[in-house]
Amino acid sequence: MQKQNHMNFIRSIESVGEYASLMSRVLSVPDRMREFVKEFFKGVYSLGVNSIWIVIIISFFIGAVIVLQIALNVDSPMLPRFTVGVVSREIILLEFSSTIMCLILSGKVGSNVASEIGTMRITEQIDALEIMGVNSANYLIFPKVASFVAFMPVLVIFSMFMGLFGGYIICLVLGTPSVETYIYGIQAFFRESFIWYSIVKSMLFGFIIASVAAYFGYNAKGGALEVGIASTNSVVINSILILVTDLVFTQLAMG
Amino acid sequence: MIEVRNLNKEFDGKPVLKEIDATFKKGVVNMIIGRSGSGKTVLLKCIVGLIQPTSGQILYDGKNFIGMKGRDVRRLRRDIGMLFQGSALFDSKTVLENVMFPLDMFSRKNKRERRKRAEFCLERVNLEHAANLYPSEISGGMMKRVAIARAISLNPKYLFCDEPNSGLDPKTAQLIDELIHDITMDFSMTTIVVSHDMNSVINIGDSVIFLNEGIKEWEGSKSEVMDADNEKLNDFVFASDLFKKIKVAEDIISEDGKG
Repeated sequence: MQKQNHMNFIRSIESVGEYASLMSRVLSVPDRMREFVKEFFKGVYSLGVNSIWIVIIISFFIGAVIVLQIALNVDSPMLPRFTVGVVSREIILLEFSSTIMCLILSGKVGSNVASEIGTMRITEQIDALEIMGVNSANYLIFPKVASFVAFMPVLVIFSMFMGLFGGYIICLVLGTPSVETYIYGIQAFFRESFIWYSIVKSMLFGFIIASVAAYFGYNAKGGALEVGIASTNSVVINSILILVTDLVFTQLAMG
Repeated sequence: MIEVRNLNKEFDGKPVLKEIDATFKKGVVNMIIGRSGSGKTVLLKCIVGLIQPTSGQILYDGKNFIGMKGRDVRRLRRDIGMLFQGSALFDSKTVLENVMFPLDMFSRKNKRERRKRAEFCLERVNLEHAANLYPSEISGGMMKRVAIARAISLNPKYLFCDEPNSGLDPKTAQLIDELIHDITMDFSMTTIVVSHDMNSVINIGDSVIFLNEGIKEWEGSKSEVMDADNEKLNDFVFASDLFKKIKVAEDIISEDGKG
């Protein structure tokens, strides 16, 4: 048992080294800029634009639920009703639209990247690229990472807007707090820096999601089963890394 | 010409290739044959650099490939075309885009010229009509032909084929063999084909190496394969009833000739 734990620890250290080594190959000048740009825009569409709908739907409903929960549970004569708007806004801006949305996207985008690259690995498409003299890590991974990181602010802003809009609809339907009070609340004590904080944090998470998923896919061995395992592992590790990074980043940026 | 000198490969301390010495000549089809698990594909992957050998030398026209630096390796690889067992076509690209890909990455030609070259390569494998189809829309034999077209698009000096006939019917397999042979002659390439198909050896194999349990057991020409005085090679060759019958027929003809 102790030997097994020791082996797992060694394997984890090796994985960190392999990830660093892979990133050093990924983050280099592309062989052909024309091909990089083509793959970059493909990535913007497949990883970013294709995620807009899930971001809109989830943000709308979670925003609505956040406002509903706060309205029902924070009901004290000591607190003004516009507090519902203030607290909902801070939750959505600071944590939901960046961290929670990225946890959800690590499932969608992470598994997509890991399975696509993993399938290319087991069907020898990556070997074919290497034989041609192409830096396969750079060609396959760099455009995906760059496009997802670049599109992240768009997703975050969509998420913030839809979360607040969900809350607005709840106020409109239930009438408590009133729409006017809610709108006053989401504007009260507003700090623009929170939006930038959220965008920067989500771009960092975007890098983690795409690069870690690519690492698992790139190192997949065997058959379809191993691609599935790589995809699952990428989601699990991404989720843990996002939560740990969130803690560290929040302490560094806000503490 | 490619020379392999004293090549060894171990996986987790277990030897897979043992002291392989071989010379693969230019302008002929060099075949590596052997049973499944004999180390043929490992040898091929060592030669192309997909697997790092434990020791030994691999010389491409006199230049040692082992220990070559990254940029030199990539430059050399632009002279290499490879046909993989499963074709390894890019699923997200059409047939024409697959063939154009090496040109897009490395050719200095403009788009019209690159397209023209890719169309020429597709014509060479009789697939000009399939240019706009995706790999999922074509048959296994067509995939192999597209992979050959892609492999020759940059006019390589060296062509490597890993089990080019696996999963194909005999007629299509023969077509792929002939295509590999013709392309080798037309472009005067150094071609290495890994196979366990004796029909391929008889069809196109100019020189033959037989591997058994990681050791080069026998080397010779295809005309010598049937009469070789090597028990392990004979076990492999005459495992097929067809070749047993051919051997019996040849012996009868030979006896009659003497009589």
